[in-house]
Amino acid sequence: MIEIKHLSKTFAGADGSVEALKDINLTINDGDIFGIIGMSGAGKSTLVRCINMLERPTSGTVLIDGVDIGALPADKLRELRRRTTMIFQSFNLLMQRTCLANICFPLELAGVKKAEAKKRALELLEIVGLSDKANAYPAQLSGGQQQRIAIARALATDPEVLLCDEATSALDPKTTRSILELIKQINERLGITVIIITHQMNVIEDICSRVAILEHGVVVEEGDVSKVFSNPASDAGKNIVSPEERALLESGLTERVIRLVFDGTAAGEPIIAKMAVDEGISANILYASTRFIGDQVFGRMLLGLPREGDDADRAIEYLRRRGDVFAEEVEIDV
Amino acid sequence: MFDNAFTSEAFSEAVDILINDMPFALWETTYVTVLATLFAVIIGLPLGVLLVVGEKGGILPLPKWLMSTLNVIINLLRSIPFLILMIMAFPLARLIVGTTVGTTASIVPLVIAAFPFVARLVESSLRELNPNIVEMAQSMGASPFQIIVKVMIPESVPSLISNFTIAITTVLGYTAMSGIIGGGGLGKIAINYGYYRYKYLVMLFAVIILIILVQVFQSIGTRAATRCDKRIK
Repeated sequence: MIEIKHLSKTFAGADGSVEALKDINLTINDGDIFGIIGMSGAGKSTLVRCINMLERPTSGTVLIDGVDIGALPADKLRELRRRTTMIFQSFNLLMQRTCLANICFPLELAGVKKAEAKKRALELLEIVGLSDKANAYPAQLSGGQQQRIAIARALATDPEVLLCDEATSALDPKTTRSILELIKQINERLGITVIIITHQMNVIEDICSRVAILEHGVVVEEGDVSKVFSNPASDAGKNIVSPEERALLESGLTERVIRLVFDGTAAGEPIIAKMAVDEGISANILYASTRFIGDQVFGRMLLGLPREGDDADRAIEYLRRRGDVFAEEVEIDV
Repeated sequence: MFDNAFTSEAFSEAVDILINDMPFALWETTYVTVLATLFAVIIGLPLGVLLVVGEKGGILPLPKWLMSTLNVIINLLRSIPFLILMIMAFPLARLIVGTTVGTTASIVPLVIAAFPFVARLVESSLRELNPNIVEMAQSMGASPFQIIVKVMIPESVPSLISNFTIAITTVLGYTAMSGIIGGGGLGKIAINYGYYRYKYLVMLFAVIILIILVQVFQSIGTRAATRCDKRIK
C-alpha cells in the first residue's frame, strides 16, 4: 500500500518559488490501477517522482508498506527503486544497447549474473510479445515497440509497483490501446500495483479503477473512476470529462440548462421522448454523449428549456422522480 | 626568397630527403601523436566526467571549491600558448623522462596541453546526453558510479570518438611545433630544412604529409564514430 500524506513540493525559481504540489493526501491499494490525471503543469510528473524519491518532497511523507521512503539511506532507496520501477513518455531506452541488453540493464545494476539476466530478459521479451527483437537496437523499433521494451525492462526486477509517467502520450491511439492492454494484463497476471500519470482521459477510462484529479498542485477530486468520470464534482473534473460541454455553456445560451447524467441502466431508455409524452415538456437537446468507462456505459446530456413558464422546474422534478438518473440545473450568466 | 627553391637540383635533393628521412619522421610523428593523445584521454576523460557529474544538480555533486579549482586549472592550462608551455614543462619532462629534449620528452608538454582540451571535449560530449536517460537509470536504482560507466560513457561513445578525433588532429598540429625543442618528426624536418636551411620544397613535402595524416586520422575517426552509433538505422 502506498500512502501519500500531506505532501508538498516547492521549487525555488529565479523569480520566486513555485508551489508544484500542495498538501497531497492519497492512498493507493495493492493491486490497484490508480490514475492521476491533470492538465500540463498540474504537478503530475512531480507527484509521481515523489513516489520513488526522484523528487524530494519539501514536506510530507510517502509510505510504502508502512516504510517512510523519504527517510531511507541511499542504498536502501536504490533497493526500493528496483521494486517501484518506472516507464516514461519518451521510453528512455539506452540507444547504444540491443533490446535484450536494455532489459538486462536493471538486472546488471542489481548484480544479477549475466546468464541468469539474459534468461529473464528473454522471458520478458516473450511477455511483451517481441521475442524476435532481442538483438535489434531501439532505433530500429517503432514507438509502441520501444515502449514494450521499456515495460519489459521495468518488469525485470520483479517490482511491486509500476509507475507510468505519460507512458502513452507519445503514441497513436491504436498503439496506446495495445500498450494499455499490456499494462492491464501485467496488473492482472503479476498483481503489480500500477500508477498512471496522464492528461488523456481515455487512458484512465480504459484501465484505471481509481482516479485522482490534480489541478494546480491540488487533488481536487478522487474516487472510483466510474463515479468520478460519470459525474465529476469539481470544475477541473468537468473540464476533463467533457470540455465541449464547458465551451457550450460559455457560448452565450439564453435558455435554462439542465444537466442529465445517467449510467448503463438508463442509457437504453428514451428518457427525453418519454418526458415529452408523459409531461408534455419538449426539451431541446444541446449536447449529448455516451462513453464507456471500464465496461460500463455512461451518458451525459445538456437540455435547454425556455426561461418562461415552469417547464424547466417540472422537467427537473420529473427526471429526479425517476431515480435512475442524476439531474441538476446549470447556472449560466445571461 | 624563393628564388632557388624550385630548381631541378632542389627538387631532386628534396626527393632524396623525402625518401631517406621522411619515413622515420612520419613514424615519429604518428607515435608521438597517438601516445600523447592516449595519455591526454586517460587524464582528460575522468576530469571531463567530473566536470559533468560534480556540478550542482549533477548525479554526484562535489564541493563548490573543488569544482572551481578544477575549472580554473583547466582554463589556465588551456590559455598558455603551446610554445611557452613546452618551455615551462622542462622541469616536469626532466622529472618524468629524464631529459628535456628529444622525441619522447616532447610527449610531456603535449599531454599537458592536450588533457585539459580533452576534458572539455568529454564534458561537451556527456552534456549532449538526454538527461531523461540518466533519470531512467536513477529510477532503476543505479548508483552514481553505475550511471557513469553503464550509461553516460557508453551512450556517448559516438560523440566521444568524434571529439577524440578532434583532439588527435590538434595534437598532431602541436607535434610539429615540438620540433623547436628537439622533438622529432615531420615538424622537425620542416623547420630544420625549410626554416634554417631555406629548403622550402622539403618544408612543402613535410606539410603535405602532415595534411595527409590529418585526413587519415579524421576519416578513420569519422568512420568509427558513425559505424558504432546504433542510433543510425
